[in-house]
Amino acid sequence: MTSDDLTRLTIKEALRLLRLGSISSADLVTAHVDRIERLDPKVKAYLRFTPELWEKQADEADRKIRQGEGGPLAGIPIAVKDVLCVRGVETTAGSKILQGFRPPYTATAVERLFDAGAVMLGVTNCDEFAMGSSTENSGYFPTRNPWDLGRVPGGSSGGSAAAVAAGEAMIALGTDTGGSIRQPASLCGVVGMKPTYGRVSRYGLIAFASSLDQIGPFTRSVDDAAIVLSLMSGLDPWDATSSDRPGMEVLNNFDRGVKGMRLGVPREYTEVEGIEPGVQAAIDAALLILQKAGAELVDVSLPHTDYGLAAYYIIAPAECSSNLARFDGVRYGLSEEDAPNITEQYSRVRRKGFGTEVRRRVMLGTYALSSGYYDAYYLKAQKVRTLIKRDFDEAFKKCDAIVSATSPTVAFPLGAKTQNPLSMYLCDVLTLGGNLAGLPGISVPCGTSQGLPVGLQVLAPQWGENVALRVARAYEEASEIRAEVADVA
Amino acid sequence: MPLSKDEVRHVAMLARLGLEPGDEDFYAEQLSGILGHIDRLQQLDTEDIPPTAQVVEIATRLRDDEPRPSLTQEEALANAPARFDGFFRVPSIQEEA
Repeated sequence: MTSDDLTRLTIKEALRLLRLGSISSADLVTAHVDRIERLDPKVKAYLRFTPELWEKQADEADRKIRQGEGGPLAGIPIAVKDVLCVRGVETTAGSKILQGFRPPYTATAVERLFDAGAVMLGVTNCDEFAMGSSTENSGYFPTRNPWDLGRVPGGSSGGSAAAVAAGEAMIALGTDTGGSIRQPASLCGVVGMKPTYGRVSRYGLIAFASSLDQIGPFTRSVDDAAIVLSLMSGLDPWDATSSDRPGMEVLNNFDRGVKGMRLGVPREYTEVEGIEPGVQAAIDAALLILQKAGAELVDVSLPHTDYGLAAYYIIAPAECSSNLARFDGVRYGLSEEDAPNITEQYSRVRRKGFGTEVRRRVMLGTYALSSGYYDAYYLKAQKVRTLIKRDFDEAFKKCDAIVSATSPTVAFPLGAKTQNPLSMYLCDVLTLGGNLAGLPGISVPCGTSQGLPVGLQVLAPQWGENVALRVARAYEEASEIRAEVADVA
Repeated sequence: MPLSKDEVRHVAMLARLGLEPGDEDFYAEQLSGILGHIDRLQQLDTEDIPPTAQVVEIATRLRDDEPRPSLTQEEALANAPARFDGFFRVPSIQEEA
């Protein structure tokens, strides 16, 4: 096995070799760093690297493994999206406004993976404050899709998806507010999972829309996603919305196959605006495979699908306009030395620090919450959120899980959607319902269209991560389609 | 509902965004386009539908109000662009009379 081959392993395979002593964590890190040095100048998945951390954590992992005390992820290289705080490591939410910010604490989700023995390689690029579907809204530079460098990796967690697809990390963490894990996973041909709202603590996550945000993993297999998610999950006193359900329940029966399961196919999703025929063909083929594996396909309806995007683009911007009020140049980030008064300081800092998409959403949210418009927009959207939630409740009476495409399209060329915000927002039309209803969802590779990856989305009822994982795993096994590492040409 | 340039200016002021020359036209056009899509919400009768602010049923948890370790003053100020004597320093908040 060459050093580069080590970057193609799944976590499960790597853990076996580590325990056998045939490789060390230091070997894994070296293999990944070599690959990053070779490929990342093209892919640009990372914003910055953390050599002090990887040296220390790999040393410790190797020592513990030798003593038989290695944690469940001992020695496994991980990349972290730039919205998750890591103590002492510059964390900027992909924004100029936070340049230089070094958090005094570490996000719980990250801390738990460190406790399990993971080794941090670096911080991955994303759309500014996780707002976007292509990673082109990063305040630093766009990330490229490892399968076609002229195309986007999706977003907002595009750097994380690209890192895993390019063999530049074994795990990457992302966040999903409207599809920001599942959509880039789909476009980069890797596994990405968004948990139930409340499954994973949001402590240390730089907030975008607090009622929608969740943290989740990117991996190259469903088993790996399940392991990582189980370790990140569970009650955290620092997040009042974190559930006290045990993290390990996400693994319940998830390897039992789909025989006898009822999988709902929402007609509104198969007919969604802008779905590419090649994507739908790949999904149809995937459904056939699941059927052959013993699942029963049932027609379901999500009648308010056409209103999801509209409700989302009131609720998410409203929450973001409130959350982003804290970026004022006083406690952290950009400064403005010569402002004559504090109001002028706020305006100057926020003009310099925020990019176009963030400004657009802050204005939209401020407008929707402003006097005279609250009832017409914000309250209305919250009521429609109830209708969308009820759609899913009704659908789940007829099925165990819902299956569809993750993204209506394959990866698109850089610049294709940057001039028209609404066209970019439509990238999330099949994923954002899961956020509005708080559902767990996973995207798993299901073949290609035009030579580019397509993702199959599985949505399950709240707290049904094990159900989503079970369908995804059964599909992975029956289809023999594995998330592969891109060669990057 | 289209958004006027005046409304863009007003919203930008509320959010302390600091507009650049040309921004009013740019954002008036773009936000009007997005609101044009959002207006479809008005087609739905939601008279008897309760709003959802929090989608998962999690009971509010309380804890005892006990002192516990927190950031030191030095840690809290470590990222401050400007500080003075253990405080965050800001420009004047009130004009001199």
